[in-house]
Amino acid sequence: MKKQAYPFFDTTGVPDDLCPIAVRPNPMLPGEWRSMKPVVDRAKCVKCAVCWVYCPVQCVVEKPAWFDIDYTTCKGCGICATECPHRAIAMVEEAA
Amino acid sequence: MTPLLEPAAKAPAFIVCDGNEAAAWAVALARVEMVAVYPITPQSSLVEYLAKLVADGTLDAEIVDAEGEHSVLSVLQGAALAGARTYTATCGPGLAFMFEPYLRQPGLRLPMVMSLVTRDTLTPQSVWGGHQDAMSVREVGWIQMYCETVQEVLDTVIMGYRIAEHRDVMLPVNVCHDGNYLSFGATRVDLPAQSDVDAFLGKPNVNWHAALDPARPMAVDPLTGGAGGPGPRTFVKYRKGHCAGMQNALAVITEAHADWARHTGRQHAPLVERYRMDDALLALVTIGSMTGAGKDAIDAARERGIPIGLVKVKTYRPFPTEAIVGALAGVRAVGVVDRSVSFGWNCGPLYQDVAGALGRAGRQVPSMSFIGGLAGADLTTDHFGGVVERVRQLAKDGRSGPTVWINEND
Repeated sequence: MKKQAYPFFDTTGVPDDLCPIAVRPNPMLPGEWRSMKPVVDRAKCVKCAVCWVYCPVQCVVEKPAWFDIDYTTCKGCGICATECPHRAIAMVEEAA
Repeated sequence: MTPLLEPAAKAPAFIVCDGNEAAAWAVALARVEMVAVYPITPQSSLVEYLAKLVADGTLDAEIVDAEGEHSVLSVLQGAALAGARTYTATCGPGLAFMFEPYLRQPGLRLPMVMSLVTRDTLTPQSVWGGHQDAMSVREVGWIQMYCETVQEVLDTVIMGYRIAEHRDVMLPVNVCHDGNYLSFGATRVDLPAQSDVDAFLGKPNVNWHAALDPARPMAVDPLTGGAGGPGPRTFVKYRKGHCAGMQNALAVITEAHADWARHTGRQHAPLVERYRMDDALLALVTIGSMTGAGKDAIDAARERGIPIGLVKVKTYRPFPTEAIVGALAGVRAVGVVDRSVSFGWNCGPLYQDVAGALGRAGRQVPSMSFIGGLAGADLTTDHFGGVVERVRQLAKDGRSGPTVWINEND
């Protein structure tokens, strides 16, 4: 289904030639434009939660024996891979 | 209205003060909610008066001592987007440092009042009055009004909020008062009753169109324009809207001055003032505090039977084209006295506007530009007497001359 932008609120009554404002959020999520994605090696992950602490968008999700990434909201910044003390996270190029 | 510290009880009926203190009292009476300041000569005492009024509880406002004028106006833009009635004052190099957010303010359509305590610009080094700073920003879309007296400073700062916040206008207002002559010249000033000012201004609503408000999430001032898609027409739409707001201001300024007179009994000319113009065949055009000396010179000339009058420009931006052409209908020669220089035209900027307005109206009137009072120089009745003589000569022979630099031989 095609994603639709919707206005945050009703701007009826505000002339459209005053201050430029944008009230329609872009419907794209970070997963749709990310260039690199973090991939967790479950064998190396000790569940120390350093990635969970550092992730700026809180897309690290807890699993029974490891941490994983929510790819709909991960923007691919790579901070988790840089901070992981066990080198359990690799940044992998997204398919074109 | 939010609970306040009862400024009404503290405001006397009249005070003896200079223009900087009068502006500060106007800010208190207008119940400004956020003030950000950085001192600069000759505006500095205005900042000190504001700080004092906040400290003693007369002005219930947040005051931010920012690290420079660029931050001053940026702080106030945030405050206005959050809904506050805002004020600052600056001049000269401070205005230059403020230029980037200054350009943005009218495009955001954020109402505010900013006093320009006008000062001549560098270089040559100077800390004295002149209109060069304000005139240098005359085309960036702020409303500009120039005061003649200290009383007019107080009244115009208050009226400025009514004009700026009017929904047909929604633009920032510069109330210009001459550095030195008005900023430090003390006189009796009548203060309006707080209840009158409250009734006149009403409650501010400055962010109904663009806001920093969790209840109305929005991106303010997203990238607009460019060559593709709806960019070109969208950009034009905002520019035209800005121009329309400026033109709407002419009627709003006129109406605000009339209503102010109803509340206070003080009638100031809103756009242009005609002084002894009814049967005048010659005219001087002036702006700012020089007008007092100009009027005295007109009186002296009238006593000698010279049919001359004076037109004072109060509202300079938007330029009151129709009012100027109307005021100068029937005159045979016009001398325009500026306190600043248009380097591009080798004349005064007000002269440029008056000549342009007459030209567009199809009126061929001999006219000349006079420049005086730069960098604190005085413009006396004797100076104006000389201008009157030159304009008489102009009417006789119709030969316009190059720009006259009034203080050239002082």
